[in-house]
Parts: sequence; structure tokens; C-alpha cells
Amino acid sequence: MRYHPAPPIDSRIGYRHAGRSRSRLLQTCLLLLWLPSLLSAADWSGYVEGQLRTFPQTALDSDQSDASLSLAVQAEYYQRWDHGKQSLLFVPFARLDNQDEERSHADIRELIWTYAGDGFETRAGIGKLFWGVTEALHLVDVINQTDLVENPDGEQKLGQPMLKLSLEQEWGILDFFVLPGFRERTFPGKEGRLRTHPRVEPDLAEYESDRQQRHIDFALRWSHYIGDWDFGLSHFHGTSRDPLFVPTLSSKGELVLAPYYEQMQQTGLDLQATKGDWLWKLEAIHRHLDSGSYNAATGGFEYTLIGIRDSVMDLGLLAEYLYDNRRDEATTPFENDLFLAIRLSANDIAGSELLAGVIRDLDSRASLFNLEASRRLGNAWKASLQARLWFAVPDDDPLFAYRRDDYVEFSLARYF
Amino acid sequence: MRYLLLLSLFLPLAAQALMPGQRGLEIAREMEQRDTGFHDFESSMTMLLRNRQGEESLRNMRNKTLEQADDGDKTLIIFDEPLDIKGTALLSFSHKVGDDDQWLYLPALKRVKRIASRNKSGPFMGSEFAYEDIASQEVEKYTYKYIGEENFEGQAAFLMERYPVDSNSGYTRQQIWVDQERYIPLKIDFYDRKNTLLKTLVFRGYQQYLGKYWRANQMFMENHQTGKSTLLSWEKYEFQTGLDEGDFNKNSLKRAR
Repeated sequence: MRYHPAPPIDSRIGYRHAGRSRSRLLQTCLLLLWLPSLLSAADWSGYVEGQLRTFPQTALDSDQSDASLSLAVQAEYYQRWDHGKQSLLFVPFARLDNQDEERSHADIRELIWTYAGDGFETRAGIGKLFWGVTEALHLVDVINQTDLVENPDGEQKLGQPMLKLSLEQEWGILDFFVLPGFRERTFPGKEGRLRTHPRVEPDLAEYESDRQQRHIDFALRWSHYIGDWDFGLSHFHGTSRDPLFVPTLSSKGELVLAPYYEQMQQTGLDLQATKGDWLWKLEAIHRHLDSGSYNAATGGFEYTLIGIRDSVMDLGLLAEYLYDNRRDEATTPFENDLFLAIRLSANDIAGSELLAGVIRDLDSRASLFNLEASRRLGNAWKASLQARLWFAVPDDDPLFAYRRDDYVEFSLARYF
Repeated sequence: MRYLLLLSLFLPLAAQALMPGQRGLEIAREMEQRDTGFHDFESSMTMLLRNRQGEESLRNMRNKTLEQADDGDKTLIIFDEPLDIKGTALLSFSHKVGDDDQWLYLPALKRVKRIASRNKSGPFMGSEFAYEDIASQEVEKYTYKYIGEENFEGQAAFLMERYPVDSNSGYTRQQIWVDQERYIPLKIDFYDRKNTLLKTLVFRGYQQYLGKYWRANQMFMENHQTGKSTLLSWEKYEFQTGLDEGDFNKNSLKRAR
């Protein structure tokens, strides 16, 4: 449940005729449906997913579609040797979208070698990781770039080249990262919804560092727990994953936004106290940038009612406050916002779950409503529903670009 | 004076009432004593869930357990099926007293979540087993009352009742049949919070490992109130595989597959 202000593109592929891209989609569909049977052998696993998105409101730009169909596949190869000390993980991902060429994309989510020693761990390759505890926004999590075309909530990430050394000691886990190679954020294309107006043109990306995408970033994190308190302290030095946007003219004379990636230093704290049925959570950061340093924090709780109404269902009540000391000058839409949500876990055989919530701006009264529900069908299928609606977003809010992009998304995935 | 007389009448009774508690505790201690010293083991678990209509669903997972000298065991459960949760892993540090520490690893997001372990009475993976049914069985988690001797399927057994200490338990009491010779559970009746018979668990196919430790191949849990059942089968038991503390931390939770 995380929302990025500014979406849009990556038009390296160039434009194709719609007819041609549809037949390509069909061919690929057929190929992908064969995949599970081809890959069911030994160490391969993953899923193939069909997804339908519908946007009930007319788009701001006539180039944008009102519905899209897409097909995604994520495979996973895992091999372990040396008595389990060494392992290799390979996770390729691809999506084909019948409307947005930028959403038709592929990525190596992971291709990483791990060595687990006595009291330490090393990893090398392309990896993915997560830092943090809160639900509404992930401030502390800055290693992996957001794969924004996948989902506007920003929870889908691109693989990041990394070298990692991790010390596992009595006093906790200390991670050192060297991150060679920067990944640019993905943005929806011209035909895609959930983008800014004008759209973002990633080809025009600029960097504060002369080394651009070759800048080597460093990060450090210490995490530990004492009793029912879990905490992490992290520091990152390198290229900010969150770009600023500069209005500019493309070579075709179209007004677009060019991403500008600054250098940043960020110190972060994440903290969770697990007290019975209460989870108390806090994430706080200080980010130092040339364009202006700031502090931001997200904190709140998740309280779980166990076995509601004598059933086996659990009901979680979530509340978090989102703060950014730049207030109206913030580059994120969440500077003085309240997040309220419920999480219903049926605890049934189908693993049915529902998360429904709202993030409300306490100043502008703009609201973002979010619904996520899923259940298993049999042993290998899973159906998911997602809906996002924006209400009363004022024109100075970064979410203003999404004001006509309410959508409902239905996915059906086959796991193998 | 009359009250004193009454009191003296009841005193012997009170003394006697202590005895079943003591006897029950002794049996529980003997059970624990006989299962101490294994150090660690690994095994595979399969759960066959069946509803009243006979529809079935399968869960596959692997379990790693590390014995702790002065506390509850550390366990790591890695889920293989259903396929959509493949790679999910649960790390538990159980405690003799108080809530366990639990972390859940969600592979799709690469996220480790500390979870509220107080919820021990809910279904484990949608099955008829609650987390508290399969968690490390520590003597301190119950108080006991010895009832008597009663055969279970031809086996001479002690029958006793145990009462969860934790107020968050889903049960008021459990009746447990303990094999007199091997000091292992043969059957448990679970009574819900309203003190109504909820479930029955039967242990079958006990095998001995390292010439000492008994483990059941099958645990069959039947819910009398819903008609649902779960057959939990344990396979590939391996003891003393060389697991140590380093296999039970948040990093190893992320590595576990």
C-alpha cells in the first residue's frame, strides 16, 4: 500500500502498430501457457498470471487506454550445493501488456550466489531485499528501485546488482552493501494509465553524479531484537531511487518530464514492538540531498482481533500516521496523512484474505482508497482483486495526476 | 468450633486433591525427560486437509528443530505447498513461560515480519491443527491432573488432564492418554473455551530414533464440531544433522528454502 507521486515511461522499444503487438501477444500467450509443463522439472518454480485492469473513468489523455490485458511470468531456479552452504537463485520476470509498451517489460529480479558461512553470509549478483515494518509507506527501504509500471503502490521492485557481506553475531546482524550499477525507475508509457501529464520520459534521465548509472552506492544496516522489540538502523550513500522531474521537450518536440536522480545520504530507523495482539511500528528517516534535506516518519499500530464472532477469522485493525517535515513542499503525497485499514484473514483452506484501507491527507482532505483481496483456487491457482480510488485530490497534490485513474484489477495466476 | 470441626473434616480431602496434580506433573516431567538430549532434527511434514464434504487439500512443509537447554525449542518451518506460498518460512523461538517469538518470511516481498504469537489458537495453514498443537510442548505450559489408567487401543495408558496456563489458549482443558511404557502421547481430546469437546488427536506409527526418541509418523486430528479433519504425516526424520544457532536467525530465515 504505497503510492508514488509521479509515474510514467521508458520508450526505448519505439512504437509499433497495435495489430502487430496484438499478434505478438497472442503468440507469447500460447508459449507462456506451455511454460508450466516445460518447467515443472526439478528446481524450477514460479507462476504465469493473466491480468485485467479496467478504468471506469475516461482518461485525461485520449492516447490512454480504458482497459488493459496483460500476461506475466515469473520463473525461479534454485540450486544448492556444498552441504547447503552455497546456493544460486535465478528469478527472471516478464510482462506483456496489450496497451502500454512500457508495461511490456522484462527484468532479472534475482540472479544471486549466496555463501552461508559460520556467523557470516556473503551474496553476489542481482538481488532483492526489503527493510522496514510499516504498511502504508516504506520510507527506510531504499536499496531496490521501484518497478512502477507493475503497480502504483511501488511494492514491486527491480533487481539490484550487489555485493553483500553479512555478519551474524550475538549483537545482531550487520550488513554491508556495495551496489555497483543503478537501475532507473520504470514509468507507464503514453498509452498507459496511472501516469503523470505530461508523461515521464526515462530516456532523458539525468544524474547529479558524472558517473550516472555507474555510480557505486554503499549501504550499511544493523538489525537486532531484544525481547519483543525488533529494530534496524541503516545508512545509505548513493543515487536516490526517487527522481525529481524536470519538464523538458523531447527530440520530437513533445513536452515530457525528465527524471533527475540526485545523490543522497539517508539514515533510517525501523522499530517494532510486538506486545500481545498489538504491533507498534515506526519508521523514520533523515534524507540529505542537494535539493534540500528532510525528515520523514511513519508510525502506528496493527491490532488483531483473534477469532471474531466465535469463528476462526482474524480481523486486523491498522492505523498509521505519515509525516514529512517539508509539508506542502514534499515530493511525496504523504506529508500529513492518516492511514486506516482493516485486514481480514479467513484462515480457511483457500487462504482468503482482504485488506481494505484509506489514506487521507489531513490538510487537503484528499483520500486514496485501496482494496486488495485474494484467495486460492485449488492447489495451484490464485485469484486476486485490487481496486484503487482517488477522492477529492486537489491540483497541488502529487496524486492529482491519478485523479481519473481509479481502477479495478483482476488477476488469475497459475503456480508451478 | 463447629467450623473448625468441618475444616478438619475437609483437610484430608484437600491433601488428597493435591496428589492427582502432583502425579500428572510427574508424568509430564518424565515425558519431557525421556525426550531430552536429541539436540536437533529435521523432517518433512505433509498435511492432508479434508472438509465435511470430503474435499481434500494438501500442504507440504519442512521442519528444522534445535533443542534449547533451558528454554523451549527453536524451530524453522519452510512451506513448499500450496505453490503460491512456496518459500514462505516461519521461525519460532518457543518459551517455557510467556509468548513465543515468531518471525514470518514472505518471499514475494523479501520481507521478514515479526508476528504476534499470542494468536496460538487459530488454524495453522487452514488445517485443524492450531499453532499451539504443534508447538514445542513444554511442561510449564500446562498444569496437570492425573485421572487414572485407561487402555487406548490395547495399550496400557495413563489418562490425565492438562490445563493451559496461557489465557490465550483456545482450550479449557485437554485429556491426554500417555503410553505407560514409553511415556509418549497416544491420544488427546481438546475441549474448547466453552468446555465442549472440540477435537481429537490420535498419534500413530511411532518409531524410535537414536535408540531413544519416539516420533509419530502420523497425527490425525478430527474436529467434532465442523466434521473437518487433518492428517499430518511426518517423513524423513533425521536427528543430529549438525544444525546450530546460526541456522535459526533472521538471515537463515531468508535463506531457508
